[in-house]
Amino acid sequence: MANLRLIARLDIKGPNLIKGVHLEGLRVVGDPQQYAREYYEQGADELVYMDIVASLYGRNNLTDIVRKAAHDIFVPLTVGGGVRSVDDVNMLLRVGADKVAVNTAAVARPQLVTEVARRFGSQCMVLSIEAKRIAADRWEAYTDNGREKTGLDVVEWAKKAEKLGAGEILLTSVDQEGTRKGFDVPLVKAVSASVGIPVIASGGMGSVEHLVQVAGEGAADAVAMADCLHYKRLTVGEIRAAAQAAGLGVRSL
Amino acid sequence: MSRKLVIVDYGIGNLYSVTRAFESCGASVTLTASHEHIEDAERVVLPGVGAFEDGMKGMTGRGQAEPVKRFIASGRPFLGICVGMQLLMDVGEEFGEHAGLGVIPGRVQAVPATRADGRPHRIPHIGWNALLPPEHRPDWSGGLLDGLPERPAVYFVHSFAPVPAEQQHRLADCDYDGRRISAVIRSGSAYGCQFHPEKSGPIGLKIVENFLRL
Repeated sequence: MANLRLIARLDIKGPNLIKGVHLEGLRVVGDPQQYAREYYEQGADELVYMDIVASLYGRNNLTDIVRKAAHDIFVPLTVGGGVRSVDDVNMLLRVGADKVAVNTAAVARPQLVTEVARRFGSQCMVLSIEAKRIAADRWEAYTDNGREKTGLDVVEWAKKAEKLGAGEILLTSVDQEGTRKGFDVPLVKAVSASVGIPVIASGGMGSVEHLVQVAGEGAADAVAMADCLHYKRLTVGEIRAAAQAAGLGVRSL
Repeated sequence: MSRKLVIVDYGIGNLYSVTRAFESCGASVTLTASHEHIEDAERVVLPGVGAFEDGMKGMTGRGQAEPVKRFIASGRPFLGICVGMQLLMDVGEEFGEHAGLGVIPGRVQAVPATRADGRPHRIPHIGWNALLPPEHRPDWSGGLLDGLPERPAVYFVHSFAPVPAEQQHRLADCDYDGRRISAVIRSGSAYGCQFHPEKSGPIGLKIVENFLRL
């Protein structure tokens, strides 16, 4: 497999970088550009921006933030939240996004995944899944920051999205998100084993041990980290060094 | 040494990031679809994401294919990125066979769907991977890859890759689970990168800087 990617995830509300628990109870962290630049300088492999109130307003409000980021941050940028159409995708790519993450609109109209992949390539089309555990080895996909049920089984939805043309899956565990208690490793393992496209594990990273678990047992291709970086418990550099020491293949700087 | 540069707009690709990467290295960038601008340029960059056929159609539909070929034949510095690199080849095999610019002999083929040991691996090939010298050990000094550290990691995202017919056109490879993939190709002053220098952090910017010094 390719090197494990270490991704900094920035959840955005209005002009602010925020952080919640279980995708709710949001706290303002600070200026997204300042944090983004810091993570780039620390050696983050990619950045993910999520407009977490976009679904409420029916549109993504990140164009200014993304344009600023793309101005002087030279790693891939994925942008999600409120992306509803091929035109929305085009607008985000034009301001400097490399990929878009789609959740709610893809659930409502799965064909959108195919339309985006055909027009811009699969590499642009990241399916975002918010997963909640409903049984020992079953998870349901949610939308709107883990508030709305979809009735979709996460593993089946991931497989279907791959067939529709998704190039990557951003898999967020609502149960683990913001808890610092570790990833939902069985969730990541179940999805990762069911698809041929890369899976980004998100939600729960509190320590480097968690990273080692989700990359090893969970077979994640990438990890998205927020809390541990935003509150300066760890730097990307420390995480990379620890991952290397644990024998994980990561980019060497 | 001039830092003036033309980036070809042929309707595909995230041109903002490419433009910004060159500007941040001091280049003065003209983003253009005009064939006159291409022919008169000092340096040309052909970016690109998406499918081979769309890229070729985008260029021919704008009357850019012949001017780009003439530009390359004149020996001035040229850089193709990702699909812009693949278009340098004779033929692309993505969604059927399509003719390319034919600057470098060979085909653009699917990245092998399995590891060297036969087990399946992830396609697209997405992520950071190290540039490696091919077996014939071409000299990297003085060119696009001048002064890079050992095994420099750069960002790839692709499902197809060029397979040059002649060894002399292979400047760097990467290793994807035991499969050698052409990562940088070259013919004279025309270079192509399968990875995205504009998304490859400080190493990528060093490559951009090197291009501006050619």
